[in-house]
Amino acid sequence: MKILVAVKRVPDPNATIKVRPDGTGIVTDNLKYVVNPFCEIAIEEALRIKENHGGAEVVLVSVGEQVCQEQLRTGLAMGADRAILVLQDGDVEPVIVARALAKLVEQEQPDIVMLGKQAIDDDSNVVGQMLAEMLGWGQGTFASEVKLSEDKSSAVVTREVDGGLEDVEMPLPAIITADLRLNEPRYASLPGIMKARKKELKEIPLGDLGIDQSVQVKVHKLSPPPERQAGKKVETVQELVDLLHTEAKVI
Amino acid sequence: MDFELDDDLKNIDQEARRLAANFDDEYWRDHDSRHEFPWDYYNRFAENGWIGVLIPTHYGGAGLGVQAAGVLLRAVASSGGAMNAASALHLSIFGMGPVIHHGSEEMKEKYLPPTATGELHVSFGVTEDDAGTDTSGIRTSARRNGDDWIITGKKIWNTKAQQAQKILLLVRTTPKEECRRPLDGMSLFLADLDRDYCEIREIPKLGRNAVNSNEVFINDLPVSGSDLVGEVGRGFYQLLDGLNPERIVLAAEAVGIGRRAIECATAYAGKREVFGRPIGKNQAIAHPLADSHSELEAADLLWQKAAWEYDRGGKNIGGLANMAKIRAAEAGFRACDRAMQVFGGFGYATEYNIERYWREARLMRIAPVSQEMALNYVAEHVLGLPKSY
Repeated sequence: MKILVAVKRVPDPNATIKVRPDGTGIVTDNLKYVVNPFCEIAIEEALRIKENHGGAEVVLVSVGEQVCQEQLRTGLAMGADRAILVLQDGDVEPVIVARALAKLVEQEQPDIVMLGKQAIDDDSNVVGQMLAEMLGWGQGTFASEVKLSEDKSSAVVTREVDGGLEDVEMPLPAIITADLRLNEPRYASLPGIMKARKKELKEIPLGDLGIDQSVQVKVHKLSPPPERQAGKKVETVQELVDLLHTEAKVI
Repeated sequence: MDFELDDDLKNIDQEARRLAANFDDEYWRDHDSRHEFPWDYYNRFAENGWIGVLIPTHYGGAGLGVQAAGVLLRAVASSGGAMNAASALHLSIFGMGPVIHHGSEEMKEKYLPPTATGELHVSFGVTEDDAGTDTSGIRTSARRNGDDWIITGKKIWNTKAQQAQKILLLVRTTPKEECRRPLDGMSLFLADLDRDYCEIREIPKLGRNAVNSNEVFINDLPVSGSDLVGEVGRGFYQLLDGLNPERIVLAAEAVGIGRRAIECATAYAGKREVFGRPIGKNQAIAHPLADSHSELEAADLLWQKAAWEYDRGGKNIGGLANMAKIRAAEAGFRACDRAMQVFGGFGYATEYNIERYWREARLMRIAPVSQEMALNYVAEHVLGLPKSY
């Protein structure tokens, strides 16, 4: 069995993000980068499938700049077997990432492609879905539980939907995207970090994949959210009710 | 020359910080105030293989150098865990240095793997009330009993002795008067800390209270001949493979604590408004923080140079280790003290954690060796001045 896991490098969710004054992007100086938290959950799930179903090869894929190898190394330190970095400078829009992954799926022939449900930087939430469409595979998105059949020919994915849970069954190969509650990712151990440096990390320029790279979405402008206004302290409940009525006009 | 950490060290720094982030200031404040050993924290780091950082791979460790250990301990110290977080781990890291370098194959096979997994806790037994830094004056002694030994005496400042099953004991095996040089005639034992023969008393102290410091009274403790580390009479010289790394990693920890304090103070100075503007706009607040930041940067480079020298087997290790310790202890404590000034009254309140960092950073100017004795070392061995004592 082989599981391909997509990994995106994103700014640290705990970092304070500043938008460049001209609105063309964010200030990246001294910004820390991490594995997208949902991708981390996807890696963890792939490792658990490997551990609980008699072995599997877990292959990580990232599309982006050379520095993305830092995040791939983190995934290798967690226990993935090898990694592929598709090199491309600058932002790569989701549809191109999906095409690159589709091409790699052709080469690697995985049984499952695991992704995070979305990246926390652009919140697009589309790569998994687009990839499923391109490959004509079934998809279990927003997974909070994944169960493989005994013969590993199909998977039941529990999805977190509005107001409850939905179980969907699909034959493998399939696309699964991880939601927050799927698992709690492990930490890379020190021996894991030491082993990771000997694992294969193959680099392929995006241009070598022979895919359509035409840009379809252009970001015009980024702007920071409005600053929060200071609150107001009130002395009595009566005063609060009055203000809610006269000033906030919510009651 | 390249000041960039290599990829392994970067990963070690990042992953150690990530793991340490599970244990916040409240956790440490709580354990410190209740004098409770941070088991959850210790076990998480042990499970993930961090304690074996210096232990050779053959014995189940990662086989890395003192620089890697420093990066790890700086990371945990800067997490808000300060000395409590660092000391909970570091005894098992540098403490086994003499065993790694001088222990018999049998000793290494037996004790290094459980140290790497964190199951075996080892305390360090060097200092005595009446000897202090004048190590040659220790009175704890071992006498032969066939192939084995019997040890009697008293040690002090034994970190984590409450948890330890083993203690690395430095004892006299030949009286000082009969030795050619005062530091000859001492031997090192990895002894069982057998409670039937050892009484352990915790010493109430200013800070770092989640990790205990003790007095150990040793009454005719039987020690197997196989627990002798290296050669009889060479104990002090072998111990240097614990003492020098200790100074280096403690310097790294002092930098970590100082950075944490400056980080907190900077964030506070940016948002605390007095007279209608953030106090960080005042140079009386900003300059000390900037100054401390630069002192910490300098100290950070110095401990790494010392670690680099140690790891490549260089000869100038004592001087560099002591200089790193001196600079980092000053920079770390000053950073905490200045952070307290920035916080004003709140810096004195337990809730804001600065007082805890301050209490713990103060220790670095006394331990593992006082600033003054470290300066004496530099004066004598680096500058070549006559010995002053």
